[in-house]
Formats: sequence, structure tokens, C-alpha cells
Amino acid sequence: MINGLLLLFACQLVGEIAARGFSLPVPGPVLGLLLLVAGLVAWNRARPFDDAALQASGLGRVASGLLGSLALLFVPAGVGVTQHLGLVGEHGPALGLALVGSTLATLLVTVGVFLAVKRLAGRVEPGDPS
Amino acid sequence: MTASTLWVYLAATPLLWLTVTLAAWLVADGLAKASGRHALVNPVLIAVVLVALLLHATGTDYPTYFEGAQFVHFLLGPATVALGVPLYRNLAQVRRNLLPMAAALAVGSVVAVVSAVGIAAALGVPRAVLVSLAPKSVTAGIAMGVSEALGGVPSLTAALVIATGIIGAVMVTPLMNALRIRDYAARGFAVGLASHGIGTARAFTVDPVAGTFAGIAMGLNAVVTAVIVPLMASLV
Repeated sequence: MINGLLLLFACQLVGEIAARGFSLPVPGPVLGLLLLVAGLVAWNRARPFDDAALQASGLGRVASGLLGSLALLFVPAGVGVTQHLGLVGEHGPALGLALVGSTLATLLVTVGVFLAVKRLAGRVEPGDPS
Repeated sequence: MTASTLWVYLAATPLLWLTVTLAAWLVADGLAKASGRHALVNPVLIAVVLVALLLHATGTDYPTYFEGAQFVHFLLGPATVALGVPLYRNLAQVRRNLLPMAAALAVGSVVAVVSAVGIAAALGVPRAVLVSLAPKSVTAGIAMGVSEALGGVPSLTAALVIATGIIGAVMVTPLMNALRIRDYAARGFAVGLASHGIGTARAFTVDPVAGTFAGIAMGLNAVVTAVIVPLMASLV
């Protein structure tokens, strides 16, 4: 477990240093994510492992533990928001409408474009089982 | 030790509010489980309301609460890195969907900004608030930076980001089911793009493939939004 946690911290640390050092618009943890995937790809080439081995590894267990409780991690920030409700103030109803309308529009457009392009690409390149 | 000196001790240690955060989460998550993970019973919202009520009742300020809650908050970074594991495990499926993802990202990221700003502007919301609203679909750290650089109010942006996350997490399952969309890659990608980490958390409770694609969309849209919002602001 500790080795898995160390791996996550180390990837994030390198990501944070790179993001700050080069003033990239990408957050450090996202760079850390990419580093982890690249590391797993390289590791699998050097010493092949299967999916079950990854799941049973320290990294696999820490990752599924964290991601299984991902929503919990937003609670402190969410509580912070309740302290700033006054800021919404007079624009509350307009902002509420904008958030609901925009989220609905974004979900519909994104899923629609994804499926439409997938269907088009599938016609060009058939045999995609998914 | 009297009750008041006990309170002085408890109030000074991060242990109390860390424990409260985890306990509130277990209650909220228990309610969500009991509802069969119904979309409307959002555990983040319930836990936040429980903690906020308790803070209010005990007259505790947010910095004191955060002394304890920071240990949970801190894990957001490592959890983001941990998204690399499901991403790696589903790499083949991700590769097959590169084209749909690129197209959905290009269109979705613009719609997320323009629709929110458009609706609010039509309702007479002033520019400083519009700037705070524009990056609401991306993870709070990035959104606050974008908003601040353009003269917005970062803490208002944080509030709008969290609200967007909860709205998307509540909306996505009933919406996609009503539309009979069973492609979990597409469903996940949409909710991660529209509602960042809170949408991604919801996607993981529905389907691991949906969670993976939500995580990818969240990361990609954070980058795209950080680039396009300042660009759009300079045009308007």
C-alpha cells in the first residue's frame, strides 16, 4: 500500500514541479497522471504484467481506494462554498438558471458529438466491437 | 476537565473536524446507498449540508474547520494521479475513441463556457460576475486561476464550480437513461467535461468505463478551458 501511495505522491510532485517550473496551463496532478500512465506503459514493456497483477498491486489497491471515495474529497471545498453563498447575492436566480441550463446543454452537446463522430468513424473503419 | 475546557482542547486540534468530515460522509454515503445510488441523493451535497449546519450550530469558522478537513482535501491531488490506473487499464478503448473524444472536447468546452455566460448575460448579470462564471465546468484550482487573471472573484468561482459539479452529477444519469444512451464512454466523457471531479466521482459509481472517460474529459477540459476563456474574454 505504501509503495502505491509513494508512487502517486512522487508522480504528483514531479508534475507540480514541471507545471510550476515551465508555467504550464496544465495542473500538476494532471501531469502526474500522464507520467503514471507513461510509467505503466514502459514498465509493462520491460517486465510484462497482466491486469489482475496491476489490480492486486499496492498501486492498484491505493488507486481503487481513492477513486472509490473520490466524492468524499470534495466535501471540504463544498463546505467552503457554503461560507461564500452571500457572494452569489442578487444574481442568485440568474446564476442558478445559467448553471442548470449550461450543464444540461454541455451534457447534451458533448454526448451527441461523441456518438455522432463515433458512428461516422465506425463507417470508415468498421469492426469496432465497442 | 469541564465541558468548556474539553471544547477548547477539541477546537484546537484538527482531529475533531477531520472526524466530523468522515462521519458526515459515511452518513451521506449510507443514505445514497440506501436510495440505490439514486442520482438525486447526492452524497457530496448531503455531507456538505450536514457539516455546514454543524459549523453554524457550534459557531466554528471555516479556517478552523479546514485545519482538520485539509487532510481530506489534500488527497484530491493524489486521487487525480490515481485516475492514471483506470486510464491505463482501458487504454485500448481510449485509443479507439480518440476521434470522438477530440470532437466532443472541441465542441463541449466551448458550449460549457458560451451557454453559461450567454444565459447569465441575457439575465443582466454584470461582467465581473460573468468572468467568475465562465470557467465553472473545470476543476476548482484551474477555474479560480482563470477567473482571477481576468478580474473575477475566485471564491465566487469556487462556489459556482462546486454547484456545477453537483448539478451535473445529479442530472447525468436520469438524462442519459431518458435518451437511452448506453455507451458508457460517451456518457462518462460528457459528465467529466461538464462537471469535472464531482461528475467523475458520480461516473465511477455508475460504471468504471464511464469513470475512466470522465477523468480524461476532466483533465482535457481543464487545459482547453484555461486557454479558451482568456481568449474569448479578449474578444468580447
